[in-house]
Amino acid sequence: MTTPEFSLAELMTVAASHAFDHDGEVLATGIGVLPRLAASLAMLTSNPDLMMTDSQSYVLSKPNPISGFAGHAGQANECWMGFSRIFDNVWSSKRHAMVGPSQIDRFGQANISALGGTYQSPKVQLLGVRGFPGNSISHANSFFVPKHSNRVFVAGECDVVASIGYNPARLPKGYSVDEVDLRLIITDLCVMDFGGPDHQMRIVSLHPGVTEQEVRDNTGFELAIVDNVPTTAAPTTAQLAIMAELDPKNIRARQIKDNPPGIRPPAEESIA
Amino acid sequence: MEDEGQSFAPDTLRLITNNEYWGTKTMDKVQTPADAIAAIRDGMTIGIGGWGPRRKPMALIRELLRSDVKELTVVAYGGADVGMLCAAGKVKKVIFAFVSLDFMPLEPGFRAARESGAIDVMEIDEGLMLLGLRAAAWGVPFIPTAVGIGTDVVNHNPDIKLIDSPYDDKAWLAMPALKLDVALIQASHCDRRGVCSIESPDHYMDDWFARAAAHTIVACESIVEGSYFNDPEKARQVFWERAVTQSVVVTPGGAHPSSNDPSYGFDVAHFGVYAKHVAEGTFDAYRTQVIGDSEADYIDAVGGIDAIHALSLPVY
Repeated sequence: MTTPEFSLAELMTVAASHAFDHDGEVLATGIGVLPRLAASLAMLTSNPDLMMTDSQSYVLSKPNPISGFAGHAGQANECWMGFSRIFDNVWSSKRHAMVGPSQIDRFGQANISALGGTYQSPKVQLLGVRGFPGNSISHANSFFVPKHSNRVFVAGECDVVASIGYNPARLPKGYSVDEVDLRLIITDLCVMDFGGPDHQMRIVSLHPGVTEQEVRDNTGFELAIVDNVPTTAAPTTAQLAIMAELDPKNIRARQIKDNPPGIRPPAEESIA
Repeated sequence: MEDEGQSFAPDTLRLITNNEYWGTKTMDKVQTPADAIAAIRDGMTIGIGGWGPRRKPMALIRELLRSDVKELTVVAYGGADVGMLCAAGKVKKVIFAFVSLDFMPLEPGFRAARESGAIDVMEIDEGLMLLGLRAAAWGVPFIPTAVGIGTDVVNHNPDIKLIDSPYDDKAWLAMPALKLDVALIQASHCDRRGVCSIESPDHYMDDWFARAAAHTIVACESIVEGSYFNDPEKARQVFWERAVTQSVVVTPGGAHPSSNDPSYGFDVAHFGVYAKHVAEGTFDAYRTQVIGDSEADYIDAVGGIDAIHALSLPVY
């Protein structure tokens, strides 16, 4: 049996899809190309009970393609779900979002609001906190990081804490960190969770050819690691076929810089 | 004996429901953009419907840009509406969860205003904004929620308080009512009495903006007869009652460069032109040359109403 060729983006997408495996009947929201592809892949493989929207105003019983999609007419609508109703869903906890923050700190707090400077005059204004505060206290969240670096996994706290994490110092009266539900972090180097001591971020698998040290060198804080850390599972032929069907224009190839292969060639290993 | 009911009812009922018989008229809320915008004065808090680059009442924003109004507080799920008002120096404070054009994640006018420290902000969660509008609509001072706890939404907004609950031992965030002096909304069709339909796939939070405001101005693509809404399918596209709307403005193509599904999509190229003006510090030229002195000038400058209607609908 030959191993199919696959890209790092496809490896990451399959790893990300597993975040939704055991969710049951929740709304899966992947923000960005690969998280959306991952949620769609999960709905078509490991968890057919997932719910998904058309990113506009309907819940679908079958995910739309993420590229080469001519228009919303004829899609598999299940019910109307405008943005106001999204919040009814969010606050009911029946949702799992996968998002791509600009910064993540050791508590799992995340930032998409602004970078540097002062709050009155940030060096870089990003999007704003968007739905991060409400998502993070209401339902499960996972993170997708296309470039694992110290700039994303910052040494201190995030410049703006847009989402709540496992930081007891920020909890108001009556709350416990156990009410926060952070799941997986998928990066271009590894998969992590918050399963270390006191919800410490923990390496759970390394992508083919990536070393533990490389992950540590690119992370601004200490990480736990599982015993006998495995290699992230390669996509199956079936998973690759479904991703190709969901993304006929192959926009997944443009999401990770230079679209590297899923298994690093030996030359790069020595550089690492 | 004739049936009294039959002989009495039909004609007389028609008479007593006929306003001409009583010398009264139904309200006519249709105004010019300039007359409508005259309701907005310096220092007011305005709410703007729509979402990012989608279904923004841009013709009303352009009319504001042509006016002398300043020192506004703006509440919005923001796009170029917020960005252009910031670029024109009309904004004191923005209450926002995001300001974005989706395909262009960072809205240029807003970004420049933030990074130069020119504006005050109240940065809140998207859902907190919804709760604040609902509180204003319902006439309550706040709505309790867990949304925002543990984040910088609390730390950066001293006006947002945590409170004790009479029913449990937890702290709750008390999202204050976001009372609006004026709401600006982009609809599809309106009748002269202010019945407004939104035929787009989503009316977003526009019903709450309308209800949170003391005065609601609705821009539409066309005026229809009241009987248009007799069709139950059309009546289902009306998300607030006419008593909530005080002013109706007819501005065909007026959501441009944002979308007004199903009439037209958003104009990526035009957003690019606007972004370039902001980047080069020439927003004044955009204001005078593109926005011009009237909405007719603007529609001409962007190639006419047919060019707007030719913009394809977004696919997500």
